Amino acid sequence: MDFLQPESWAEALAVRAAYPEALPVAGGTDVMVELNFARRRPPALLDLGRVAELADWGGEDGLLRLGAGVPYRRIVTELAGRVPGLAMAARTVGSPQIRNRGTVGGNLGSASPAGDALPPLLATGALVELASVRGVRRVPVAGFCTGPKRSVLAPDELIAAVLLPAERGPEQFAKIGTRNAMVIAVCSFALALRPADRTVGTGIGSAAPTPVRAVAAEELLAAELPWASRAELPDPLVRRFGELVAAAASPIDDVRGTAAYRRHALGVLAGRAVRRAWTEHRREGGAG
Amino acid sequence: MRIDCVVNGVFRRADDVWAGESLLHVLRERLGLPGAKNACEQGECGSCTVYLDGEPVCACLVPAGQARGRDVVTVEGLGDGDELHPVQRAFVAAGAVQCGFCTPGLVVAVHDLLARTPSPADGEIREALAGNLCRCTGYEKILTAVRLAAGREHES
Repeated sequence: MDFLQPESWAEALAVRAAYPEALPVAGGTDVMVELNFARRRPPALLDLGRVAELADWGGEDGLLRLGAGVPYRRIVTELAGRVPGLAMAARTVGSPQIRNRGTVGGNLGSASPAGDALPPLLATGALVELASVRGVRRVPVAGFCTGPKRSVLAPDELIAAVLLPAERGPEQFAKIGTRNAMVIAVCSFALALRPADRTVGTGIGSAAPTPVRAVAAEELLAAELPWASRAELPDPLVRRFGELVAAAASPIDDVRGTAAYRRHALGVLAGRAVRRAWTEHRREGGAG
Repeated sequence: MRIDCVVNGVFRRADDVWAGESLLHVLRERLGLPGAKNACEQGECGSCTVYLDGEPVCACLVPAGQARGRDVVTVEGLGDGDELHPVQRAFVAAGAVQCGFCTPGLVVAVHDLLARTPSPADGEIREALAGNLCRCTGYEKILTAVRLAAGREHES
């Protein structure tokens, strides 16, 4: 096995093109588990840890550009105000040691349906920027994962960044597990309300072959929420929203939980998320 | 491959390191530093916690090549010669050790916590140590040790 260690983004793309079978590694929190347990023996590791271009975030054309190599700890400490849903999800990842190392780029690269960062990226309509020596393309997160641990990433491409829309609004993330730390989600749910254009985004984790949106549930809330009056949430609307979120999932029974439990839990999480987000919306409007 | 790095303030070199090898393996098997423990090998237990460029990480999940030119501090580097670090003394005084396997990782995690938050509330202690498993103590004595090290012994 070779250890390839580019020092710049241009060099990383050239190395990726030359060694398409090399396994990219950033924080190592997924990749090293596979290596330690001899589940994978790639011909080479492509270390992205020295590529400074991946390790920063900033504004770009009205979007927040989050470098693929920014660790979860920095998302929690530096970006909670700008991308609250993603920061809430980052806060639930692993442990302090894992959050010091793990990255959103790695979460996308692993393309696990349980990836904690993916539901909030779905809910906010984020884009993934993929790059190769051939050029750069941006794909919606919703189209990035194609199955469990599979994605549209081409063999010569690397994940450069995610781009999050600048629109703001209340966001929530919640996940089910046996304890608060060190949990692979049994299921998870992310919600983004956009009062300015009266739209709603959702993301469901760990309850389908890929992270998925609950489109019918989004449409229901967008049409029925009392945006202007900021009135209290009608209970039937919350209940119906939970039902539509649960219906959007296609969970399976596995070691972490049953399909039936996941569906039930998603309905509960969705109800909690919309109540919390709506409370925030009302507070900001001076109501409640 | 060759790994040159600084460990506990001293330049160290390891040769013939396999590309898929972890920093933990290099520390324990090549550099003779068995303080960080090899337990779960998947970042669940925190027994291998070390500082990498000043941040606590699970050494089992760091590809050794990423430590090239970096600064590593292990539990062996916390004390001053034969003098234990106050966090270590607190673990001894509180009896926060049974089998001892988790202790080095916990000591590093507590060392980091108290460096950032000198007087943590109990909730902050639990959060900071969420990635360190102990199967013996039930954690109460460990919490006592952290309070002791933080100068809150009167509350223990």
